[in-house]
Amino acid sequence: MLKFTPDHEWVRLDGDVATVGITNFAQDKLGDLVFVELPSVGTKLEKGAAAAIVESVKAASDVYAPVSGEVIEVNAKVGNEPALVNSAPTGEGWLFKLKIADATELAALLDEAAYNATIA
Amino acid sequence: MAQATEPLLKRTPLHAMHVRLGARMVAFAGYDMPVQYPAGIIKEHLHTRTAAGLFDVSHMGQIIVRARSGRLEDAARALEALVPADVLGLAEGRQRYALFTNPAGGILDDLMVAHLGDHLRLVVNAACKDTDEAHLRARLAEECTIDPLRDHALVALQGPSAEAVLAAFAPEIRSMRFMDIRTLHLLGEACVVSRSGYTGEDGFEISIKADRAAIFCDTLLQNANVMPAGLGARDSLRLEAGLCLYGSDLDPATTPVEAALEWSIGKARRTGGARSGGFPGAEIILGQIDRGAPRRRVGLKPEGRAPVRGGAALFGRADGAVPIGAVTSGGFGVSLGAPIAMGYVPAAQATPGSRLFAELRGRRQALQVCPLPFVPLRYKRA
Repeated sequence: MLKFTPDHEWVRLDGDVATVGITNFAQDKLGDLVFVELPSVGTKLEKGAAAAIVESVKAASDVYAPVSGEVIEVNAKVGNEPALVNSAPTGEGWLFKLKIADATELAALLDEAAYNATIA
Repeated sequence: MAQATEPLLKRTPLHAMHVRLGARMVAFAGYDMPVQYPAGIIKEHLHTRTAAGLFDVSHMGQIIVRARSGRLEDAARALEALVPADVLGLAEGRQRYALFTNPAGGILDDLMVAHLGDHLRLVVNAACKDTDEAHLRARLAEECTIDPLRDHALVALQGPSAEAVLAAFAPEIRSMRFMDIRTLHLLGEACVVSRSGYTGEDGFEISIKADRAAIFCDTLLQNANVMPAGLGARDSLRLEAGLCLYGSDLDPATTPVEAALEWSIGKARRTGGARSGGFPGAEIILGQIDRGAPRRRVGLKPEGRAPVRGGAALFGRADGAVPIGAVTSGGFGVSLGAPIAMGYVPAAQATPGSRLFAELRGRRQALQVCPLPFVPLRYKRA
């Protein structure tokens, strides 16, 4: 089950690891992506810090860390093929995995219904 | 998704078609315009390069300039007081790129001027059209009438299939070459058609009565080779073609020579020419043609994949503290599969192969100065 932020990131929880990407709504709003910049493995991110960049033909947008944690893996595939974020934003188009530093931050994430209400 | 933008935005005669086609609408120069259709910018861009893209450019200003004397040459001579282009030398049925300049030699707008027999027809930028019209009236009203065409749409059909698509309606367009302009009948309606565009491809721009524009475009879109294309693709196509966007690459503080647009200034208007000077800023502009400008517009290729956008400062060294120039347009070259940009740099660094650095999110991104355009221009010149 996915959790969401109001900034259009999604989070998939697996134990103390959070996989992060951008939502279908976000990829649709951005349009065709042509460049993705991912954080380095080992980077320690505070909740809300700029973690990645996604760029469409027209503009660049930040992707923020939904919770604090250390980057333990990035999806190198989207670096070579940014269009994966458009075609499979919550699947093959994931961006990075965080080892969650503070599990209490998870409570602030939105469930799908609450997220959908923010974009309705 | 198509969603309403600001309520006070103007609409082109094709607005309902854009909404019906599912366009994403954005505010541009006071108009509610399609930035892309559901296919997306990449597909629209590539389809224009391989087949044909249909663009609504009705927001641009179409202005008829007619000499009160009735003699075309009087209108041409009058207009030459505002632009450095050779307007008197323009043959009937031909169109030419021109620039409105200011007394400092800067560019007030870029435009097309066409000779249509008994009048001149100008096409100017949407964001400048009111000030251009006022400028024309203030300077030419004694000799000329200035009439904006408010009841006409302007559509551009661009790409290698454009000729075949339009020839089905008007076979005579096959004999037109780049920058020819004619009045033709399309679907029974008299239209002014020029073989020109803003994509680097062969193509046509068609001025058609507002109330016939939608049916004309619907008919074109029935051809499988024609895909609607929005402002997003228009911008990525023109950047690859090395064409300037007024307000980004050109402005009142930039001269035609700095912008590498001196090719648009005919020999007759240059030093030693039959009608040398006589336009605003002539001394500065002609001096720069003869002796060079301190800075030049150049093509830039960022190393790596990250696009460098307009506004980024340029440095001569990775650790340079003082910018030597700036990027004015930048993005992703969809046909090239790589980032591309244009910007202004000192003449000494304007040589292709020069390595420069752009400020990009707090770091310095290396880029190479390169020749323009980024893609071969495919105009039908012969």
